[in-house]
Amino acid sequence: MKLQNRHLLGLDGMSKEDISAILDTAVLFKEVLERPIKKVPPLQGKTIVNLFFESSTRTRISFELAERRLSADVVTFSTAGSSVSKGETLKDTARNIEAMKIDMVVIRHPAPGASHFLSRVVDANVINAGDGGHEHPTQGLLDMFTLRDKYGRLENLKVCIVGDITHSRVARSNIYGLTTMGAEVSVCGPATLIPRDIEKLGVKVFHRLEDVVQDVDVINVLRIQLERQESGLFPSLREYHRYFGVTKEKVSKASKPITIMHPGPINRDVELSADLADSEHSVILQQVTNGVAVRMAVLYLLGTSN
Amino acid sequence: MTIHLKHGRLIDPVSGKDETVDILIRDGRIEKLGGQITSEKSAQDLDLKGKIVAPGFIDMHVHLREPGFEHKETIETGCASAAAGGFTAVCCMPNTNPVIDDESVVRYVIERGRRVCDGIVDVYPIAAATRGRKGEELAPMAELVGAGAVGFSDDGSPISSAEIMRRAFEYSSMYKRPVIQHAEEETLTQGGVMHEGFVSTRLGMPGIPGVAEEIMVQRDVALLKFIRTARYHVAHISTKEALACVRAAKKEGLHVTCEVTPHHFTLTDEAVSEFDTNTKMNPPLRTKDDLLAMKEGLRDGTIVAIATDHAPHTIDEKEVEYAAAPFGIVGLETAIGLAYTELVDAKYLSLFQLIEKLSTNPRRILSLAPIRIQEGEKANLTFLDPSIEWTVDTASFRSKSKNSPFQGRRLKGKAVGIYNNSKFFATSSL
Repeated sequence: MKLQNRHLLGLDGMSKEDISAILDTAVLFKEVLERPIKKVPPLQGKTIVNLFFESSTRTRISFELAERRLSADVVTFSTAGSSVSKGETLKDTARNIEAMKIDMVVIRHPAPGASHFLSRVVDANVINAGDGGHEHPTQGLLDMFTLRDKYGRLENLKVCIVGDITHSRVARSNIYGLTTMGAEVSVCGPATLIPRDIEKLGVKVFHRLEDVVQDVDVINVLRIQLERQESGLFPSLREYHRYFGVTKEKVSKASKPITIMHPGPINRDVELSADLADSEHSVILQQVTNGVAVRMAVLYLLGTSN
Repeated sequence: MTIHLKHGRLIDPVSGKDETVDILIRDGRIEKLGGQITSEKSAQDLDLKGKIVAPGFIDMHVHLREPGFEHKETIETGCASAAAGGFTAVCCMPNTNPVIDDESVVRYVIERGRRVCDGIVDVYPIAAATRGRKGEELAPMAELVGAGAVGFSDDGSPISSAEIMRRAFEYSSMYKRPVIQHAEEETLTQGGVMHEGFVSTRLGMPGIPGVAEEIMVQRDVALLKFIRTARYHVAHISTKEALACVRAAKKEGLHVTCEVTPHHFTLTDEAVSEFDTNTKMNPPLRTKDDLLAMKEGLRDGTIVAIATDHAPHTIDEKEVEYAAAPFGIVGLETAIGLAYTELVDAKYLSLFQLIEKLSTNPRRILSLAPIRIQEGEKANLTFLDPSIEWTVDTASFRSKSKNSPFQGRRLKGKAVGIYNNSKFFATSSL
């Protein structure tokens, strides 16, 4: 199996066949992860560097685990909080990667398009682990994997993404992937956090959770950043929680159970109530487990096609 | 030196002429102009059959970067770029270091312009409207005009304070020089890197909304109604709405003019999709709707000038992630090709109108004497070949910087040479 592109920069424009190939492959790796010995050899002799220009715990650990379980040699480089100017760092780092003959690069960076930039200047396969507000393709893939696992399909599944859509790479990757796979996607949040013309991406826009819950199978809750309040995009966390926080009470008005997702880390009782996060309808921990399998699938497909 | 221009098609908006002529230029002056002139032995013959002779082009919006940022461009490389692009004159913006807000800097820039490239390109400084371009107190406008400044602008930044803008209008009106506004309501554009719309939503990039330009133009027009003696020029206009505002103000008889850049009538924000930092400029590339409005504005005369906003940056400065890259692209050497291809070849403008917008009109806006193509007058000419098809190759640019989104683009029409200040420059295409 071979993907159309030798990098994974985003789900925007990725074909249904490629997404299906990754999800199908992930099924095999999920099975591997349930074995007593969770290591397989396909990336033996390959060197992968994880470049994290932004702090991250779970994505970084998830990638590292996936890489090690495929028997790759792994180096992780974190520069969060580094005082070096971002432009210089990225370009210089790219040159160093070239010099050190690295096979694959996983990059997380605060600037949209950073992984595109990197893919133009290095020979290695580049995997985007989050570029600013642009994309987080492996998160989109693991979310789709989790839903396909639960529902057996993505087609016609009704998914609402709730929260700060404007600044969310998770929202974008989910929108691109899910709409390609035939799901019905909507977004819900304060008008100040819904970007212009998002309807043109094929999603419906809501500003009241009450309007959403009646008709959806899944709510994917995004983390709300306190700094958005500081820059005047919403008045207070209290008001946010009251009107956009996903709670048991609001969800209970639905006629059928709604699956709750969250990319983490959760602000408990801000965007998502604690009882709902821990309820039987929450798949938040499955998302984390599946994340490793999906990342193994991506690494495997890109790393063995050269 | 005597030059005999043969069989050129003279298109001169000043006299209204469009005819095939011979021109004999001796020591910088047009000695003879007529249907056919007998050859002189001492003269250098130049066959201009199929080519156009126009009054010298002026780019009224250029960043020459000197003094202060000579790693990007110098007055010498900028003038070489202008000559190669077909311009006999450029107006340079004051966002240098030191800022052009003092007569000594104005004099320095003009003096350098005379010394470089044989002085073939006239350099007209646009001085800062406020001291240090800080937007707080007026620059010494009378002294600046006295030293040779032709207009006032804090370009790169808007004149944000309405009070300062009012005073800039009042004070500059005494000298009949325009206040050139970089129209941007900055409280709306903080952190923005591209046009805010569908494409910025798709790419997850912070946006610069079009309304920020419109609001500033609206405010300035309101002030202009209050100070009717002032001259207002909107730099690099980019939105349909701001253009509508200029159109309405002109109808009211206010002294408003505006310019558009070739990139704003050629590219849209779709070009940003691959995160090429050579698509990053301010104002940003807008929508298809805006682009069509720019072409319509050129056609109906609302936009009277084409100017490049030539903004050189080094490869190292531009070869970074999108958000970290500086705004701006070079434009002097692609302007004529883009304008001919997108406007004349595409039937938006006649050649006559194109020449007005690249020569006659900008000179009028800046109160520069019109170029007269007549016997006895100083020769200041641009030569065009409308039939040349060529491919943009940034490596061949005379500019020190290569930051152009048009690398590899096929264009039709090219400036092939200029004559000015008794000097003749020909590109390899002439």
